Amino acid sequence: MPSVTVRDLSLNYGAVSVLKNLNLDIEEGEFLVLLGPSGCGKSTLLNCIAGLLDASDGQIFIKGRNVTWEEPKDRGIGMVFQSYALYPQMSVRRNLSFGLKNAGVPKAEIERRIERTAEILQIQSLLDRKPSQLSGGQRQRVAIGRALVRDVDVFLFDEPLSNLDAKLRAELRVEIKRLHQKLANTMIYVTHDQIEAMTLADRIAVMRSGMIQQLDRPQEIYRRPVNRYVADFIGSPGMNFLDGEIVARDEGYHFTAGDIDIPLQRYGFESARPGPAAFGIRPEHISIDSGEGWPFTAKVAVEIVDPMGSDTLIWTTLGKQPLTIRVPSDRAPNAGDSITIGFDPMNASLFDAASGDRI
Amino acid sequence: MADIALHQTEAIAGPRGPKPRAAFSRRNIFIYGTLIVVSVYYLLPLYVMVVTSLKGMPEIRLGNVFSPPVEITFEPWVKAWAQACTGLNCDGLSRGFWNSVRITIPSVILSIAIASVNGYALANWRFKGADVFFTILIVGAFIPYQVMIYPIVIILREIGLYGSLAGLVIVHTIFGMPILTLLFRNYFAALPEELFKAARVDGAGFWAIYLRIMLPMSLPIFVVAMILQVTGIWNDFLFGVVYTRPDTYPMTVQLNNIVNSVQGVKEYNVNMAATLITGLVPLVIYFVSGKLFVRGIAAGAVKG
Repeated sequence: MPSVTVRDLSLNYGAVSVLKNLNLDIEEGEFLVLLGPSGCGKSTLLNCIAGLLDASDGQIFIKGRNVTWEEPKDRGIGMVFQSYALYPQMSVRRNLSFGLKNAGVPKAEIERRIERTAEILQIQSLLDRKPSQLSGGQRQRVAIGRALVRDVDVFLFDEPLSNLDAKLRAELRVEIKRLHQKLANTMIYVTHDQIEAMTLADRIAVMRSGMIQQLDRPQEIYRRPVNRYVADFIGSPGMNFLDGEIVARDEGYHFTAGDIDIPLQRYGFESARPGPAAFGIRPEHISIDSGEGWPFTAKVAVEIVDPMGSDTLIWTTLGKQPLTIRVPSDRAPNAGDSITIGFDPMNASLFDAASGDRI
Repeated sequence: MADIALHQTEAIAGPRGPKPRAAFSRRNIFIYGTLIVVSVYYLLPLYVMVVTSLKGMPEIRLGNVFSPPVEITFEPWVKAWAQACTGLNCDGLSRGFWNSVRITIPSVILSIAIASVNGYALANWRFKGADVFFTILIVGAFIPYQVMIYPIVIILREIGLYGSLAGLVIVHTIFGMPILTLLFRNYFAALPEELFKAARVDGAGFWAIYLRIMLPMSLPIFVVAMILQVTGIWNDFLFGVVYTRPDTYPMTVQLNNIVNSVQGVKEYNVNMAATLITGLVPLVIYFVSGKLFVRGIAAGAVKG
């Protein structure tokens, strides 16, 4: 039985449709990340699951129970917000106990749960402070604690790390992952940060204008994006796209764009057919080893070299179309060098030029 | 040593630290000159009132309006408070003062209690028709009072409250509603929405969120509302004179009756003292909570 099920969920604000007939099954103990740019409806979906927004149509099940009309407190969810949303006039202890008091949990039980939560999150020493006396990371930890203390089945995270600086974000990210391993609760996590999504998720749902584009394991989304939008959104630096045409020749298909000709014998077609298409290849899948044994090789001129620390990004042009290549920094060429690149179409993705769907 | 120090000073000479500003620059003279002129303009009448209220009638008849009292007497203040005659009563302003207190306190508490809940509901619980309701309420603020005076007389008469303090309290509560609701709605709308959502997830209902989350965060706006209402209701004349009887007249109406009485000698010192006593309450309120007032107005006005 799935932990959370969303059936045909739609949400409209007047004429604007924010969620369109959305379906989603989340397994027990799964870490699902809703990923997408701002305005794609990911936070709205989370708010609907939490019961903070009424859906225009559709149903939501949590643990097999239809909670579509239930109040947030009765859904068995805990939520962590981007702005922490700690009650400013209450101490950390009272922030944690507020929900339990509302639910009429006995005092001794409240104490016990707060102790346990504080221990898990390492916030024992903060219990008597006010939120204004805490740092950003501590606040977010308390906010997580507020969800944790309620002993819920499903955790909802609404961009919980977006207000933190990069270093803290990485730290808390690991902590959330550790928490998930420890508690094994179902977690739904909204973010626009693909690094967070890739590192945390069991499965990622990539969303765009109220629809889920692809729902799959992070590696699968990374390696086999279902359309050009997902391919473009996932990965940093982004995937290279060469616009051209698939032609049937000799014993198989080839991709041609200008004077480039890439043999596609090794490409895993969904449905092979000739016609206009985009050839997508990730910067890290292009090699600058002088072309031994690659199905496709070409000579290109290095235009710009972008050192990024461990890796270096090389900007060049292939067949008049821009191309970026990611190489280890110790093997980076200099600007102006002429290099031979090679790649395997097996790692590439082909998209239909008109629909953008994977071919 | 001294040479070296001097040498170093020379080496790093040039502008450093805050730029010096002349005390009597053209800018300062202009700013402070304006402030002083405006202050004098506003304070002079007050000065005349205070001085006159401390003089005896013979001294006033000499006509030196601006001169300080030769012989300070508190007689006019006592008379204004306890002996001045209005109509048939000769117990001074004290009666009106207590009437005003009995009108102001319940009106302020009632109107703020209702308006804050209104504002909270409008800002956080987006019920169906909330916008229409709010628009109607705001339009209400622009309807001239005069239009509504007579209908309200009839309503109060029909429910048997005409002429009573309770009737006036209800009138003040109703007329405070549009502006106070607007004030509270804007303030609550500016509070982070996620707090409200978090409280809902935590199982707090309408009243629990209002009392335990929103109220403790809203002290400044409550102070603003209190100041607006206390001064507004205390200074009200129109409703007081229309909806009450002589024995329940608020202080302002009584003051008018004392100052404008046409019989006998005009006792300027008593009139001045009576006016000052009447104005004392709003004045005290401003002095006590002025800082909070500015903060609350700023907080409520930024967003909305």
